[in-house]
Amino acid sequence: MVERLLRAPGQYWMLAGMWIRSTLAYPLSFALMMVTGVLITITDFVAVLLMFSHINAFGGFSLAEMALLYATSSLTMGIADLLTGSIERVGRRIRSGSLDAYLVRPVPAFIQTAADEFRLDKVGRVLQALTVLVIALTQIDVDWTVARGIMLVVGVVSGALIFCSFFTLGAAFQFIAIDSAELSNSFTYGGRTLTQYPLTAFGTDVVRAVTFVVPLAFVNFYPVLFLLGKQAPLGLPSWIGLLSPVAAAVMVAFAALGWRGGLRRYRSTGS
Amino acid sequence: MGVYWAIAVRSFRRFSTYRMATVSGAFTNSVFGFILCGVYLTLWHERPGLGGYDVNDALTFVWLQQGLLLPIGIFGASTTIELGERIRSGEIAVDLYRPTHLMVWWMSMDLGRAMFQLIVRGGVPLLVGALVFDLKFPSGPVRWLAVALGLVLGILVSFGIRYLVALSAFWINDSRGSEAAAMLLSLFFSGTILPLVVFPGWFGEFARATPWAGTLQVPIDIWLGRSPNGIGGALLFQLGWILVLLLAGQLLTQLAMRKVVVQGG
Repeated sequence: MVERLLRAPGQYWMLAGMWIRSTLAYPLSFALMMVTGVLITITDFVAVLLMFSHINAFGGFSLAEMALLYATSSLTMGIADLLTGSIERVGRRIRSGSLDAYLVRPVPAFIQTAADEFRLDKVGRVLQALTVLVIALTQIDVDWTVARGIMLVVGVVSGALIFCSFFTLGAAFQFIAIDSAELSNSFTYGGRTLTQYPLTAFGTDVVRAVTFVVPLAFVNFYPVLFLLGKQAPLGLPSWIGLLSPVAAAVMVAFAALGWRGGLRRYRSTGS
Repeated sequence: MGVYWAIAVRSFRRFSTYRMATVSGAFTNSVFGFILCGVYLTLWHERPGLGGYDVNDALTFVWLQQGLLLPIGIFGASTTIELGERIRSGEIAVDLYRPTHLMVWWMSMDLGRAMFQLIVRGGVPLLVGALVFDLKFPSGPVRWLAVALGLVLGILVSFGIRYLVALSAFWINDSRGSEAAAMLLSLFFSGTILPLVVFPGWFGEFARATPWAGTLQVPIDIWLGRSPNGIGGALLFQLGWILVLLLAGQLLTQLAMRKVVVQGG
């Protein structure tokens, strides 16, 4: 088990590297895709900027604090999309039966589907989110402590893992319902849109749902509240953000079970 | 004329076969609808009457927008993307053999697709939204007629833009770059990221004059009864852009015919 996990990054990198070399064969097209990818994700933030031409605070959050939410949301989603976003292509392989090839190779099918058509241009979105994060942090007077520093790093890693789990669960569901690729967009891209805003603005029912049912609040909201020293909603303790790794671990476990269950259901096309 | 009708009908039927995709798409639209309603409720709570919309206008905008994204083709539509791919692969040669007009052929395909998606994908989110929120609906048959007309014209404006983008493949061999750029402009200026009435100052004036405004913002304003120049002005605005775009499309088609070199294979 441990040995298999240790081998995974190398195997992933080998497959991703193959796709990187193939993409870089068309440098102009690569540059265009990267630039437009960055511009398309930044439109979300432009929407927030346009809102702030009319308002001074959104649900009790200033523009700089909104930028921090946007940056952490895009960063976690960007990392997850870069590493596992391609997994949603599995539906095509299920339909055509070409998933068979993945099952006979000496690399886990999960790693092969996650690295399928690895798109290096998605790095642009991660860098863009990092830039906004740095700018936002210089604009906000964070009372830095060791706990808050750790929270920022741990929060980003946990958030990325939660989004990775959604991508994987969405792909696993495609084994049951083919053509359902768009369904997982509700949780992945929908989750990104939701976490760009202070969740308390959506009402206590939504906060309860994204805390206890679909743990999107742990992606960035609770870690950011901890960073800013703001009160947590629902009477939860202010250190609730430190539980992000627990939420991520639960989601990863669900995703692993889901993926295994899906793969076991796979019946090839017989062609 | 008969042949184009036949194409549109078959295109309609073709898109009606992807049932699971339709269900999951409508679900996703509804999830986004609820998220955006939360955002707009907060925004209009802080600034009531923002952009001349009241809260009900803003919420109705959300559900109309979610339902219209796919039919109008805000992110691009599979028909015009297919056209771009056919130009890249050289299959366009088959289309050019046909004794029909290239642009009208693809327009019929696109209208057939749009009509199916309008009925199924447009209806479901609106129904979900109306169950939860107090949404606005047009009053009287004349308003409904204007809405229907505005929607068809919106699809045609969008087709006009997407056709030009697809045809760019004749010159640059790969329309995917221009499709991505076109999607960015479309997201921004159609009112998808935020209603155009919220855009401030001269930037707002500019955004509301672009052809993309005619795809989404203008038909929704007709529905809400918030067209700044009345329903007539709104429809004329759309018609004007359709004229310009289709003329450009016709011109570009002729230019492309003159230079077309179908790649071997």
